[in-house]
Amino acid sequence: MNTELSRRAFLRASAIAGGGVLLSSFWEPAGAVAKRPVPAPVLNAFIRIQPDGIVTIAAKNPEIGQGVKTMLPMLIADELDVDWKQVRVEQADFDSKKFENQWSGGSQAVPNNWLPMRRVGAAGRAMLVAAAAKTWSVPESELSTSKGKVLHKKSNRSISYGQLAAAAATVPPPDLASVKLKDASEFTIIGTPIPGVDNHSIVTGKPLFGIDVTVPGMKYATYLKCPVFGGKVKSANLEEVGRMPGVRKAFVVDGSTTQNEFLSGVAIVADSWWQAQTARRALKVTWDEGETAKQGTSVFDARAAALLKEKPQRSIRKDGDVQAALKKAAKVITAEYSSPFLSHAQLEPQNCTAHFADGKITFWAPTQTPEDGRELVSKVMGLKEDDITIHIIRAGGGFGRRLKNDYMAEAGWIAREAGVPVKLLWNREDDFTHDWYRPGGYHAFSAGLDGSGKLTSFRNHFISFGTEKDFAPSAAISDTEFPARFVPDLALEASVMPLGIHTGALRAPRSNALCFAFQSFLDEVAHAAGKDPLAFRRELLSIAPSPAPAPPAQRRPGGPPPTPFDPPRMIGVLDLVAEKSGWGKQKLPRGTGMGVAFYFSHRGFFAEVAQVTVSQKGDLTIDKVWVGGDIGSVIINPSNAENQAQGAVLDGISEALGQEMTFENGRAVQTNFNAYPMLRMNQSIPVEVHFRKTDNPPTGIGEPALPPAIPAVTNAIFAATGKRVRSLPLSKHDLSWS
Amino acid sequence: MKFKLKVNGQTRTVEGPEDLPLLWALRDGLDLKGTKFGCGIAQCGACTVLIDGQARRSCITPASTVGKSSITTIEGLSKDGSHPLQRAWEEIDVPQCGYCQAGQIMNAAALLASTPNPTDSDIDEAMSGNICRCATYLRIRRAIHRAADLNKTTASAVTGSGK
Repeated sequence: MNTELSRRAFLRASAIAGGGVLLSSFWEPAGAVAKRPVPAPVLNAFIRIQPDGIVTIAAKNPEIGQGVKTMLPMLIADELDVDWKQVRVEQADFDSKKFENQWSGGSQAVPNNWLPMRRVGAAGRAMLVAAAAKTWSVPESELSTSKGKVLHKKSNRSISYGQLAAAAATVPPPDLASVKLKDASEFTIIGTPIPGVDNHSIVTGKPLFGIDVTVPGMKYATYLKCPVFGGKVKSANLEEVGRMPGVRKAFVVDGSTTQNEFLSGVAIVADSWWQAQTARRALKVTWDEGETAKQGTSVFDARAAALLKEKPQRSIRKDGDVQAALKKAAKVITAEYSSPFLSHAQLEPQNCTAHFADGKITFWAPTQTPEDGRELVSKVMGLKEDDITIHIIRAGGGFGRRLKNDYMAEAGWIAREAGVPVKLLWNREDDFTHDWYRPGGYHAFSAGLDGSGKLTSFRNHFISFGTEKDFAPSAAISDTEFPARFVPDLALEASVMPLGIHTGALRAPRSNALCFAFQSFLDEVAHAAGKDPLAFRRELLSIAPSPAPAPPAQRRPGGPPPTPFDPPRMIGVLDLVAEKSGWGKQKLPRGTGMGVAFYFSHRGFFAEVAQVTVSQKGDLTIDKVWVGGDIGSVIINPSNAENQAQGAVLDGISEALGQEMTFENGRAVQTNFNAYPMLRMNQSIPVEVHFRKTDNPPTGIGEPALPPAIPAVTNAIFAATGKRVRSLPLSKHDLSWS
Repeated sequence: MKFKLKVNGQTRTVEGPEDLPLLWALRDGLDLKGTKFGCGIAQCGACTVLIDGQARRSCITPASTVGKSSITTIEGLSKDGSHPLQRAWEEIDVPQCGYCQAGQIMNAAALLASTPNPTDSDIDEAMSGNICRCATYLRIRRAIHRAADLNKTTASAVTGSGK
C-alpha cells in the first residue's frame, strides 16, 4: 500500500456552485492508488484529465460491495461524454468541505447523487467545449462532443479532451444548477453493464481492504471487551501479558460513559497480530458486567409473551374503530409472529489503522460513515475535527455494520496510548459478540373479513425494544406499515421492553423483519378469504388509500424528498413477477408450491415469487425465486443491479434458513460461523431478476430486493405443505407432511 | 523460530512461533495480503491457498508444518491476472465486496486442476466450504464454468501449483 500520507491539493477554480458541489480542488487520496508521473490538469473536485486522454474520476463514497465506486463515476463520465475505457477511478478521501453526502447506507447513493454527479460531469464537458471554442475561435453552439473529443462538424475538425485539458482547467466553472444535462436517450454509459472498477485488483489479490493497510512503523492491536454489553474492566493481569513475546504494551481502556461506540476493554499492542492474539489468550480479566447481564433471549421471550396479553403501551396509528369492526367481521383471523436477532457477519472483521502524532490523528478506515466516525473520535479523544484525517478504505462488506465506528474510536485511542501507528483488527469472535444486531421482535395480528372476503379491519400489536420515549435502533415500526391506509379500521400498536444489547441497521433495516411478519399474515388472510394470494394483494393495492401522512424526516440532509408509496408501481411489479413466474398457470404437485410477497423500502418497489419443494420428511428445497423490481426510469448499471438483487434475495434466504443470534446472561451465544450458518454454494438457487422501468427518478438497489424474499419462501412453504411458518429461522421448524 | 517457505515459486524466510498460522506468515510476514482472514477456524474459506495443488485453509495450517511443500497464493496464480479463473471472474463481473473472492478463486483453481469440466454438483461439492457473504454464488458458478471453457482454449492455463 502506498504509504504516502499527505494529501496534495491541486487547483483553484473557486465558487460553490448550485447543487452544493464545490468546484475547488482535487485531493489525491493515499492508499492503494497508482502514482502518476505528472500532475494532470484538473477540471473540478472530481475530474482530472491527462494529456493522453486518460480521465481520472474521484469516487467520493465508501465502497462496501454495493458498487458505488463504479456507479458514481459512471454518472460523471457519461455527462462528461468520454469513453469508459478512458476512465480511471480513484477513491476520494473523506472531506466534508469538498464533498456532500459522503457516506454509504440506506440505498441512498443513487437518489442523492443522480443529478449532482451528472452535473459535475456536464460542467466538465462545458469547460472542455468552452476551451475548444476559444482554441478554434468558433461559437460553442457549433461544437459537439463524443467519446472524449470535441467536434466541429462544420470544419470537420476534432480535438481530444487530453489536448484541451490544460486550457479547460483555466475556464471558470459553470453554474452547476443550470448546466445542461443529457436526455436519457443520449446516455452512452448509464444503462450499460460496467464491471466493478476494482475487479482486477480483487482477482489478483492486491491490497485493497482495511485489513490490508500497512503504514511505516505500524504495530498490531487486539482489543478485548466485556462479553456483556457495557461491562467494564475491574482488573487484568497486564504485567504477565505485557511480558509475552512481541508485546509492546497492554493496558486498560475505560471507554466512554456517554458514547456507546466506545466500550471499556483491554488493549494489547504487539509486533504482530498473531503475537497480540497469543497474548490475549493469556489475559485474565475481572469484569463488572453491569445490568445487561440479566438480559437474554429467554427473558425477552417471556416478557414478550406477557406484553402480548397486556394493553399496548403506545399507539402508532389508529384509523376508525378496529375493536368494533373486528366484532362485526364475518371472519376473524389471528396469529402471532416473531423474528430473531441477527448479526451482520460481514466477511472482513472490523479493523482500522490509526496514526496519532503532534496532536493530530490520521485514520485508514473501512467505514460507511466517515463523518460520523470523525464526530465520534472528536468526542471520545477530545480532538478538533480539523485535526482528524480519514482515508476511506474499501470494506469487505458493510450491510449496515460499518455505519457504526466503534473500531475507529478504539484504534484512535490505542494508537495515541501506544505512541506508534496501530492496526486494530478484531477477531471473528469479537465481531459476533460486539455487533449492532438486527433486533428481534414479536407480533400479534388480528384481521377481519367481510362476507365477500374483503379485508375490512386490521390490528397489529408489535412487541419490540426500547424505552418509554424511543424504540431501540432499528426496532421501530412506522405508521405507514402496509396495509395501513388501505384498511378503514386499523390499529398499529406497540409495546417495548428494555434492551442493553446493541442494535442497529442490518441491510433493509426494520423491513427485513417486518416484511416477513406482515406479508406472511396477509397471506394467511388471503387464504382465509378463499382468494388467490397474489390476486388478494392486487385487490388490496387497488383500493384508493386514505391521504398520505407527512413524509418522514430524513436522517441526513442533501437528498431528494422521500419517495411516496405508489400503489400502481407495486401493482406493476406484482403483475411483472406473476407473468415471469407463471403464477397460477400450472398445477403443482403436493409438496411443491409458490408463494408471493411484496415490499416497498428504500424507495424501491419489489414483488417476489418463490417456488419451493418440501419432501414428506420435511426437507426443504427452494427451487427458484423470481424478482420484479421498480427502481425508476433507468437501471444505471444493469450488471451490478442484477448482482445486488440476486445477492439480496440469497441474503434474505440465508437469514431465513438458519440464522439466529441468541443471548444468555447478556452475552452472545453464537461466536463464529460454525454456530451461525451462512448460505453456501450448494444452497444457492436460481434468482431471476426483472426490472420494470417507470417514469420516476432512479433509486438504489442495495437493499429493497431483500425483504420480500423471506415471506415469498415461507408463503410458498404453506402452499406446498399447508404448514404456516410464523417464526424464524426455518431450521427450527418441522416441515414434514403426509 | 525461522521457517523457510516455498511461496509462489520463491523460497522465503518467515520468523514466528511454532503455532504461527500460515495465513499470518503470508499476510504479515511476507506482505502477501491477497489471502484473507475471515474466521480463524476454517469455516469461511477466505484464507484458502494451494499447498502442492490442494486447496487448504491457511488460518488453521501452522506455517511450521508446511515444510518443503509448494504454496500458491492468489498473487502467484498468474503473473498478470491471466489465469482463466481470473479472466472469467472479471468477464462475469463476479465480485460485490470482493473480500472472499481470492479464497473462492484459489478453491476453484484446485477444483479445475482435478476436474477440468466440473458439473454443477462438482462445484457444489468443491465450493461449499467458501462463504460469500454477498452471495455472489450464482456468478461464481458461472465463472467456474466459463473458466473451464477458457481453459480448453488456453494452452498456458496452469494452476501454478507446481504439479
